[in-house]
Amino acid sequence: MRICVTSTGKEKDALTDRRFGRCVYFAIYDTETEEFTFVKNDGVNTAHGAGLAAAQKVIDEKADVVITGNLGPNAMKVLSASDIKVYQIMDGNIKDQIKYFKEGKLDTIDKPGPSHAGMGNRNRRGW
Amino acid sequence: MINLVLHMPVWEIETEGAGRMQVAVLSGKGGTGKTTVSTNLAKIMGCRYVDCDVEEPNGFIFLKPKIEETREVYILVPSIDKEKCSDCKKCVDICQFNALVHTKQGVMLFEKLCHGCGACTLICQTKAIIEARRRIGKIDIGKHGDIECLSGTLNIGEPMAGPVISQLKNLIDDKTTIVDCSPGSSCNVVKAVQGADYAILVTEPTAFGLHDLKIAVELVKKINIPFSIIINRVTGDENLITRYCYEKNIPILGLIPYDKKIAIFYSEGKLLVEDETYKNIFKSIARTLMEAVQCS
Repeated sequence: MRICVTSTGKEKDALTDRRFGRCVYFAIYDTETEEFTFVKNDGVNTAHGAGLAAAQKVIDEKADVVITGNLGPNAMKVLSASDIKVYQIMDGNIKDQIKYFKEGKLDTIDKPGPSHAGMGNRNRRGW
Repeated sequence: MINLVLHMPVWEIETEGAGRMQVAVLSGKGGTGKTTVSTNLAKIMGCRYVDCDVEEPNGFIFLKPKIEETREVYILVPSIDKEKCSDCKKCVDICQFNALVHTKQGVMLFEKLCHGCGACTLICQTKAIIEARRRIGKIDIGKHGDIECLSGTLNIGEPMAGPVISQLKNLIDDKTTIVDCSPGSSCNVVKAVQGADYAILVTEPTAFGLHDLKIAVELVKKINIPFSIIINRVTGDENLITRYCYEKNIPILGLIPYDKKIAIFYSEGKLLVEDETYKNIFKSIARTLMEAVQCS
């Protein structure tokens, strides 16, 4: 199983990124090899559809699970169409999230958050 | 300050001899009076009025034209035949707008992100993509007396105004036309301004008015269109806009006073030129405009 965590850096003790579409890196953990790979998210720099670009990347990386803070309606639609389960990030770094996941502590995200939430203005509630 | 205002002798306005022109009215800051200036100028000059502020068109509230024709605006979006699709993902990779995503269930289209460029249709090897029309807005064409009036409306929730503005602009021939643009300096403004012979920048003497005016000035300079400024809500002889114009050597086309009467007229959906004082103000602006266009 491949677990994808949205990350701010490319180390396994890096901080998590609560944004999905505009996170900096995807940390992908393979449960068989027990190793991390880090993939840059090109969605950060796109003007529109960052969530979709990020979701495509996650699908291409053959992830089965995504752990993130919050993701928009479009990304949610794409991930569920590819049967990828989404879980809510808890406190701690990337490594911790994998541990929490294995312990079954993480909550699933079933409802998308507001769109455009990762675009800088935290007070904005979509548009 | 007086020297800055282009002074013209008083004669009757002759739009015929002045050559045909397209004048764009923009502002930078919103709510400075673009539509007030555009509609009243169109009325006084008897020329065509085009509302390119398709996200919130309001010119027709004042001109109240009799609508003669309504055209639908469509863009082409891909429609994917899942039978023919070979899951090669080339369409997803070529899309510059992230409108296509390849999932386990095949290629998904997010039509609001699609700009209708057609790249996916071209690149598809199995011809699984055909283009379907999607309605994104409409264009109303009407008459206010002899004045031809056009107005574009983008459907609510649609993010892309560009195609509506482009189609509006395609309907403009070489008759004298006033183009009412949207506020700001986004693509929508650029699209509306492009191809104009002259630009009028409407602003107000506030810090915000000046800030956004500077951006609008940069924009028209970049597109290389001659321009001048109308200052709305003027109370005294000198203000921060006149000082800016003096410093940058930008001509002032006219001044509109800060007057409660304007607000009353506006709230009743009336044109200012129905009032004698404002009729004269707009007549003098129109005259100066003709002269300025000819000189530039």
